[in-house]
Amino acid sequence: MTAALQAHSVKRKRFGSRNNRVIPGFGLTMGFTLLYLGFMFLIPVGGLLLYTSLMSWEEFWKAVSHPQVVASYKLSFGASFIGASINLVFGALVAWVLVRYEFPGKRVIDALVDLPFALPTAVAGIALVTLYASTGWVGQNLEVWGIKVAYTQLGVVVALTYIGLPFVVRTVQPVLEDLETEREEASASLGASRLTTVRRVILPALLPALLTGYALAFARAVGEYGSVVFISGNMPYRTEITPLLIVAKAEQYDYQGAAAIGTVMLVAAFLLLLVINGIQWWTSRRGL
Amino acid sequence: MKFVKRLKLVAALVPALALGAEAVAQGSVSLLNVSYDPTREFYREYNEAFAKHWKGTAGQDVTVRQSHGGSGSQARAVIDGLDADVVTLALAYDVDALRKNADLIPEDWQSRLESNSSPYTSTIVLLVRKGNPKNIQDWDDLIRDDVEVITPNPKTSGGARWNYLAAWGYALKQYGGDEQKAYDFVSKLFANVPVLDPGARGATNTFVQRRLGDVFIAWENEAFLSVEQLGKGEYEIVVPSVSILAEPPVTVVDKNVDRKGTRAVAEGYLDYLYSDEAQRLAGKHYYRPSNPAIAAEFADKFPDVELFGIDEVFGGWNKAQEIHFNDGGHFDAILEAIAKR
Repeated sequence: MTAALQAHSVKRKRFGSRNNRVIPGFGLTMGFTLLYLGFMFLIPVGGLLLYTSLMSWEEFWKAVSHPQVVASYKLSFGASFIGASINLVFGALVAWVLVRYEFPGKRVIDALVDLPFALPTAVAGIALVTLYASTGWVGQNLEVWGIKVAYTQLGVVVALTYIGLPFVVRTVQPVLEDLETEREEASASLGASRLTTVRRVILPALLPALLTGYALAFARAVGEYGSVVFISGNMPYRTEITPLLIVAKAEQYDYQGAAAIGTVMLVAAFLLLLVINGIQWWTSRRGL
Repeated sequence: MKFVKRLKLVAALVPALALGAEAVAQGSVSLLNVSYDPTREFYREYNEAFAKHWKGTAGQDVTVRQSHGGSGSQARAVIDGLDADVVTLALAYDVDALRKNADLIPEDWQSRLESNSSPYTSTIVLLVRKGNPKNIQDWDDLIRDDVEVITPNPKTSGGARWNYLAAWGYALKQYGGDEQKAYDFVSKLFANVPVLDPGARGATNTFVQRRLGDVFIAWENEAFLSVEQLGKGEYEIVVPSVSILAEPPVTVVDKNVDRKGTRAVAEGYLDYLYSDEAQRLAGKHYYRPSNPAIAAEFADKFPDVELFGIDEVFGGWNKAQEIHFNDGGHFDAILEAIAKR
């Protein structure tokens, strides 16, 4: 058996096949991976950058630094940041409850978490605005306290929190499932307080998954269009998100202007994700 | 290398599949009509009528496929290669984009058919809630302090550009052609707009479901639909003293029909829109028929209103778009001023 495997590995001493592998096919899978990434990601992004590169620097700067556009960056990134942060806390909580406790209806709640993935975002937007408008169930009660959600920046945060909900839950859940309760018990029996156990045992193990979920929720929120436009009111300088401005540019057949703003969003999102990944790498190195 | 060979195999398979699909279409002819949202019901009925007509005159079976969406995004789809035989969009600016951005149609496309290539027209009216509680009678009621106005964003909605221009044209008439006064009028109007939905659908939702606003500026045909479908007796249509003649034009997409060999049937499809039968269907679906004789049959449905055209008042769509709606145009300036208040 071993001899046969060795013979096989000698015969196929190529890049990527150095190790003894039960399942062959590095060339094929890598080829398809590159093809797939190329068609689905690199070519569209390349096209975006190409369109942008056709502009002169002045044109580009004028398109991306208009006060109306800058106001939309602040809203889009700010609301995405808040939304993802809310999801970080409550997503972790939901994952914890779903993994650690047994209760009736658990499966239903587990399935419901994925709903924001499945529901068309326009439907979500209309549902949210129906609830949160001053005529809606939630909205009319909040209005008593002087809180307006629909057609304000708060409404944007609500929509972006909604669509980002599954990410943290679904990234944390499997990690938590693998984290045996014995470790918590060991920690407790060695004299650690509950808070210490959470802080020194559970959180470090979850941190990479939490950060991944956070990054995904954030990235998803930055690009969200469908649900937000129904609840935000889309007033320029106040509740207008950047993706809407891109649509507005395309509507006047200003493809370059649309591509320029798209590029800014792409670069900003990339940098932020890089930072989050950097933090993740750093924490795992430190072995927290 | 091995996987290069495999790639070649895949590459060889793809066109073979495409050819197979093409061969199926030989028996009969099929057209793709790329249109905008509210024409859905009208074209559903018209396509049946045309299929019958075409079978009778040319002896050919024709199936018409429909595509509906926002007028601007539909135009962009055709520019980007959607295989439309004919387009029937909301405004000439979007149709003209097929010429400017992709050279799909000739320069003189709008003079090829009667009535500026608009077999049916509409106008902009005001939709108010039952009993007209704010007593809105004309455009100048829309700039009152106690009135909230719902309209989609003209930057993202072709239909909303008609709304804006209708108000501007009214003000020009009212103030003897003074552009500055028209600018102030439209500024005041938009200061009363609490929400700018990107499209007409969303704006209808805001007015009807959210019950936001006192008046909804809408195309006449869509206002009729709202009154009929969204709640009988819940809304009333107020026809202003002056409004704009909204012309949703149609054209054959020359490059596509010549490549596909469907020019005859595509032209027949558009010509038949001017027939008595089609004109009556348009009237039934709340569009104003362009044929005056047929329009007279619907006189009780469509109140007489003084209409002005976009060419006479604004010098055509391209000019209107540039001055009012493009970046840095009047609309941007108006909203910037409102935001700074």
